[in-house]
Amino acid sequence: MQSEVTKFLEKNKQSILTQWMTNLAEDHILREELMSNEKSRQQSEELLLAVLKVIASDNFKNTESQEHESVSDIISEVSIYRARQGFTPRETATYVLSLKQTLAEVLDKKFAGDARLLYESARELNQLLDSLSITTFETFIKGREEVIMRQTDEISEISTPVIQVWEGVVALPIIGTLDSMRTQTVMESLLQEIVATGSSIAILDISGVPAVDSLVAQHLIKTVSATRLMGAECIISGIRPEIAQTIVHLGIDLSNIKTKTTLASALKLAFQMLNLEVRKGERK
Amino acid sequence: MQGEGGSFMITLSKDLIQITREQDVVTLRNRVKELAVKIGMSLLGQTKLITAASELVRNMLRYAGGGTVTLEVVLGDKVTGVRLTFADEGPGIADIGLAMQDGYTTGKSLGLGLPGAKRLVNEFSITSEVGKGTTVTVIRWKNGL
Repeated sequence: MQSEVTKFLEKNKQSILTQWMTNLAEDHILREELMSNEKSRQQSEELLLAVLKVIASDNFKNTESQEHESVSDIISEVSIYRARQGFTPRETATYVLSLKQTLAEVLDKKFAGDARLLYESARELNQLLDSLSITTFETFIKGREEVIMRQTDEISEISTPVIQVWEGVVALPIIGTLDSMRTQTVMESLLQEIVATGSSIAILDISGVPAVDSLVAQHLIKTVSATRLMGAECIISGIRPEIAQTIVHLGIDLSNIKTKTTLASALKLAFQMLNLEVRKGERK
Repeated sequence: MQGEGGSFMITLSKDLIQITREQDVVTLRNRVKELAVKIGMSLLGQTKLITAASELVRNMLRYAGGGTVTLEVVLGDKVTGVRLTFADEGPGIADIGLAMQDGYTTGKSLGLGLPGAKRLVNEFSITSEVGKGTTVTVIRWKNGL
């Protein structure tokens, strides 16, 4: 880039920053409730300085230079920060693109007489800022994906709670779809809990499973077999009428497995198997 | 359009879903349920149709690595129904008769997918060409048994 342009930009960086912040405020994307103005200004200043450094450097064209890398780092940081704070993608993209607008305005004012110079600088600036917006887009999505991944982990953790309902009896309510991954987690936590509590009966409650197809049934059968290998007996409860009919039509044989309609009846069966008797006490 | 019994059939709505990953199974199931509820199918009917769809889409993923599912609401002989077409470009099935037998599998499953799905719907047709792919079409009527 022409040195008179870079010098001009360098000299006027404070007024450019102010202009940029004004533009942002006009576009209503400062969103003070998500991010304080001070923080906004500080981030913007950091970004602007890095951009100006790239423009001033000799290797402006070399996108792998150190200056380019540092500006990419800053823009990634800004985008991820904004993604986490809950800015919309549009707001984050507009934020970066409004810098382009601001720089164009400033240059337009100063070099209006020299069309060639103006065009050249604008073109180069555009190139740089477009590549920055792409980085923004990429990292913004990455930031959101991280949030989703974390939630997925949390969901798979909370969805497999093994509960000890009685001495020697553990229950595991399964909610949602049983895919291979879930089955693995379910099986692991169930077997571990059987060891930890020394239980001899495990109740698998499938009230919250929307559909039992042959793969889900196969996973259930595997879990029951694994439980038996551990020396415990397994009861499947929560079989709804429509699920029962569907299983029969599918041709799945669950006759080797103890099944009950409700968790309560499964618990009752568990008591019988443990030779326990629950009855109403006499009022004293 | 001709139905299986040669009767006249009209498509009332049509929708496509691409299947590429295991997560798509859940999406498909929800969409099938939506349609079944919309035409007023009973809870048992819904469950049967959803389970059949689940079996067929899992087959598609497992043996062909994915494919396309067409979801349609059709009007047959004075009754509405949901028609699902599962089309893949997988290896195809060499012996359909064998594949439709209970307990036959080339994988490690229970071997109930195809014959089980057939028992859960009212109309079932399958065409397959080795090396070209497989298409399964099923219909479940609103008042079907």
